[in-house]
Formats: sequence, C-alpha cells, structure tokens
Amino acid sequence: MARTISYMQAINEAMAQEMERDKTVIVFGEDNIGGTGAPGEIDAWGGVLGVTKGLHGKFPDQIMDTPISESAFIGAAAGAACSGLRPVAELMFVDFMGVCFDQIFNQAAKFKYMFGGKAKTPMVIRTMYGAGIRAASQHSQSLYSIFTHIPGLKVVVPSNPYDAKGLMITSIRDDDPVIFLENKVQYAEEGEVPEESYTIPFGEAEIVREGDDVTIVAIGRMVNMAKQAAESLSSEGINCEIVDPRTLSPLDTDTIYESVENTGRLVVVDESNPRCSLASDIVALVSQNCFDSLEAAPQMVTAPHVPPPFSGVLEDLYVPDAERVAAAVKATTGTSAKA
Amino acid sequence: MTEVAGSTELGREQLLDAYRTMRMIREFEDRVHTEFATGDIPGFVHLYAGEEAIAAGFMAHTDNDDYVASTHRGHGHAIAKGCDPRAMMFEIYGKDEGLCRGKGGSMHIADLSKGMLGANGIVGGGPPLVCGVGLSAKVRKTRQVAISFTGDGGANQGTIFESMNLASVWDLPVIFCIENNGYAEATAQAFSSKGIDIAKRADGFSMPGIVVDGHDFFAVYEAAGEAIERARDGGGPTMIECKVNRYYGHFEGDAQTYRAENEVENVKAQKDCLMLFRRRVTEADLVEESALDEIDAEIKQYIDDAVRDAQAAPEPAPERLLTDVYVSY
Repeated sequence: MARTISYMQAINEAMAQEMERDKTVIVFGEDNIGGTGAPGEIDAWGGVLGVTKGLHGKFPDQIMDTPISESAFIGAAAGAACSGLRPVAELMFVDFMGVCFDQIFNQAAKFKYMFGGKAKTPMVIRTMYGAGIRAASQHSQSLYSIFTHIPGLKVVVPSNPYDAKGLMITSIRDDDPVIFLENKVQYAEEGEVPEESYTIPFGEAEIVREGDDVTIVAIGRMVNMAKQAAESLSSEGINCEIVDPRTLSPLDTDTIYESVENTGRLVVVDESNPRCSLASDIVALVSQNCFDSLEAAPQMVTAPHVPPPFSGVLEDLYVPDAERVAAAVKATTGTSAKA
Repeated sequence: MTEVAGSTELGREQLLDAYRTMRMIREFEDRVHTEFATGDIPGFVHLYAGEEAIAAGFMAHTDNDDYVASTHRGHGHAIAKGCDPRAMMFEIYGKDEGLCRGKGGSMHIADLSKGMLGANGIVGGGPPLVCGVGLSAKVRKTRQVAISFTGDGGANQGTIFESMNLASVWDLPVIFCIENNGYAEATAQAFSSKGIDIAKRADGFSMPGIVVDGHDFFAVYEAAGEAIERARDGGGPTMIECKVNRYYGHFEGDAQTYRAENEVENVKAQKDCLMLFRRRVTEADLVEESALDEIDAEIKQYIDDAVRDAQAAPEPAPERLLTDVYVSY
C-alpha cells in the first residue's frame, strides 16, 4: 500500500526491509548509530543527516559505527562482500571519496574482472551529493561521473522517494559494487511509496513525462528542474519529454535514443561540472548514434566548471534551475537565442 | 639431540607439508626468475624467494575458510594458502587456463575458494580488506581468521593504521603480518621508518606487537599460531613483524644496486629458511634427509611440467576482453 513518505524515509525503509529479509545485510559508517561508546541516547544520530536513525533498535547486530577512517571501512565493505556479507557502507559525503578511492576503484571495482569472473562483491556505498545547503566546496559536489567512468561499478542516482526505495533494494541484492548517490536537498521531499518491498531494475530509464518536441535527460534532483521547465514551456506550446536514467551505469541508452529519434532534440540537465561529465557523455552518445534524427545541436545544462561556492547568492547561480533548462530547450527549438 | 623450537607439536607429516610448501614456493620463484630473463613472461613479477618460512609458518594454521590479503609479492602466500601452483604458472604467462583466466597476472593472483583475496598491485591495499573479512567472520560467528601481509614499505601507508584501529575497536579476528625484508622497493627500512621495530606501532592500537625471525619457520609458526588462536577465540587482532630478506629485486629486472655487495649471498649462506629447516629437522631426527630430497625432486618435476605446459597453453579468446564485468557501451 502506498503512502506518502520522504526520500530519506524511503531509503531507511529499504535498508530495514533488506536487513529483516537477509541477516547478511550489514550497515556501517560514521555515526550510523551515533552514540556508540558515549553516555546518552544509544541511537543518537543515525548518520550525519539521520538516514539510518532507528535501525539500531530493530537490528542491533546488523548496524555499527566506524571510526573516521574511510579507507579502512570502505575497504572493509569490499572484504566483507567477498566473504559472505552484503554490506551497505555510508560514505558520508561523496566529496570524501578522495580519501578512500583506491578501495573503490582499484579493489572493489576490479575483483570480478581481475579474478577471471570468480569473485562477487555485493556491496553498496551510500553517499550524499549535491549543492543547495550552503555547505561549500568540500560538501556539495555531484561526483557521479567519476564513478560512472570506472568499469565494474554500478551507479545509481534516484530522483524521487519511490525510486529511492526500489533502487536501494535492487542495489543491496546486486552482486556488484553499487555507488548509491542520495541528493541531500531531496531528503525531506515526499512522495508515494508502497509499504511492501519492491525492486526497480538497473539500466531501465523512466519516461517521467511524455512529449514530442524535445527530449530532456535529467539526472537525480535535476528531474525536478526539468519538470518545472516542461510545465512552463507547455503553456508556450513546447511539449517536452523527460527521461530519468535512474542508473548512470548501466545507462539505458536505448530509451534515450528512442526518445531523441522521436523528438529530434536533446537537452541534458546534470548538476555536476560540465567537462568529462554525464552531460557531455550523453551528448556524445546521442550525437554518435542519433545524428540523422537531430534537428538541432544538443544542449547541456550544468553547473559552471567551478567548485560549488559557499555564498547563497553564488550557490543559487551554480545549481541549474528551471529557467536555464527552459532556455536550453528554446535554444534547440529555435525559439530563443542559444542558452 | 638439538632442542628445536616448536617441533614437538608438529608431527612428521606436518613437517613434511611445511617443507613441501616452502620448497614449492622456492622452486616456483626461482623458475619464474629464470624464465623471466628469457623475456617470455609478460609484465611485472615480484618474487618471494627467501621469505618462504613466513607464508608456510602462518598458513600451517589456516584452512580454506580463512582469508589472506597479500601484496605485490604474492605468489608465496597464494601457494601456501592452497592455490594451484600450476594454474598460477599459467596465470603468470597470461593464459586462458590461468587461475584468473589471464586477466589478473602475477600482481592479482587470487582464488576466493581458497580464501586468497589476491596479491595486490596497490601498496597498503590489503589491510582494509581483511577488516571486512574479519567483520564477516565475527558477524557470522564462524571462527575464521583473516591475515593481511604487508611489506615494510606498505607498513607506512595510512591504510594499515586505519585498519589496525578499526580491527581493534571492532575486536576483529585479524592478524597484521609485516614482512620486513629491509627494502621498500629500493629504499631501506632504516631510512623509511627510522629503522624501528614496526611491531612497536601495535601498542598505539592496543594490540600485541611481536617481532620474529622470518627465516625461522618454527618461530613464525609459534607466533602466528598463538595470534591466530587468540583471534579465533575472540581475542582480537595482533601485529606480527617478521624480519626477513628477499633474494631477488623489488621486481624482476631490478639490478639491486642499492644493496651491499654479497648481502644476499651472506644471508643465503647463513639464514636460508629451507637450509635452517632441513638442518633442524634432520639433526633432531624428526625427518630423514632422503624424504626431503624426494620432495625436492618431485617439485622440480612438477614446476618443469607447469612451465612447459603454460608456455604452450592457449591465449584467452578475444571475446574474453568484455566478460566478467558490466559493459554498457
């Protein structure tokens, strides 16, 4: 039965249901309980923004705190995954990936290939991305393109509470390492989510809105910006189709190509920096594979190629908004100057 | 009769097994050294010859359910852990029948069915992995142990400090073995860590830190046994530093110009682990020379065959390039 819960509750519920179903699902990270070893509330934090709050009471043997030592505990997730557990490790902010990247891309991502197919590494790294809470350059990046670049990793970026739950359950059951990116601005966002357990397959994009003038491929939180832009453009007679890839690796190129073949136009909305990004990758793939269908040059709407700023005025300019998406759409339909 | 440390608890078969393991590693490594010089073996190889007593001493206490995370210099650990040396030889030649289908090579030799998490191309890459295995064993209450082997070079990576701390606070059944062969690649340990006993660092993580002579199988066997038993019983992690020498360079082709003249020859003459083992077990009348000679001959034949067959074995088919990983484009 569907009821309205938040993006954060959806992720929490997915972990709880999987921990209940499978005792080898183990959740750990910094402050995942918060309160271990200190007087006071035993389940004080539940991770820095509270996503794991309440799980300790239900699953005391399956959730644990770690010291601040990302290399050790992200590597431990890889080791645990090779030896009988299904760990879900929380890398607090994706920005901290630099300190443990070796364990992600040289260890976990490589085992299956390097060992000739004889290894499974069923682990999930949950992490937060995104600008918008004035957290500045080291707590606001959207680094999913970096993971997508690495063969052997699966990359999941849910755009709404329903997808967050279903994709998290799929991630936990997957036998490859999965990087699950949660947008910190969206944690309070609410949506209809079934109470029962369900999965959403990887590599299947969702057509969020049907349309025949322009294809907007939007990633994560940017789906909301695309929806707003599409609403305002519809009153001007421009009918946008919105494609949410949901997983960046594997990427459902078929759905993207089919949509572009119908609309003849492409706008990619990606909150990360533009160079060597998902946006540039999707533009390249479409240019290579749908060139004959294109009626206009594909457009990218991204953050500028600078680190996320602290100032609220600057940060608001940094994150793509509906107006910029609409301007890019108009640039492809020839109804406005180039975005 | 000479008093032999540790030997009283080892039966004749166990002594022969230990010798067989060490001899297999030595023969494997000496032969790879020779063959590498011909140019037939691709890539990098880092040889373990001289350090055999450590792998054999530790792995005499483990079975297939226990796990090992290794280093660049991983052949010895893999052999001692029960990986098939013939399949390893095929792997080193990059062949399809190799232990990792020719996709891993010397630096990534692994076999999870034997608890071998892999040689590792990243210095300091292994310690975090054994914490995960240790957690797995603890959660599932299996009494398994996990051992990470790290060189004196890797001992200076932050990963080992993080991992020792994590293993300590989580009370994990993990042993951190430091194989101190005196050189981190070409840089002497006397420079890179002021020549201290690396095991002293264990103090800072509230775990025992033990130093043993890595040439002496019996010393390693005893120290490892005690630590492994403690770990299985829930007593938490231990660091064991084995002081040892390596006979070949950091990698094959390394002329070792950073080492003193006759350094290796002197060690071979005085501290070779196979020689010491042989002397101790024969002088104590635990095993006769002829039995050891027989093992030497058997293994030499085995390696001869493995090298010959590996050289002749088929290469991986081109389509194998794209298997064993998700491919989306």
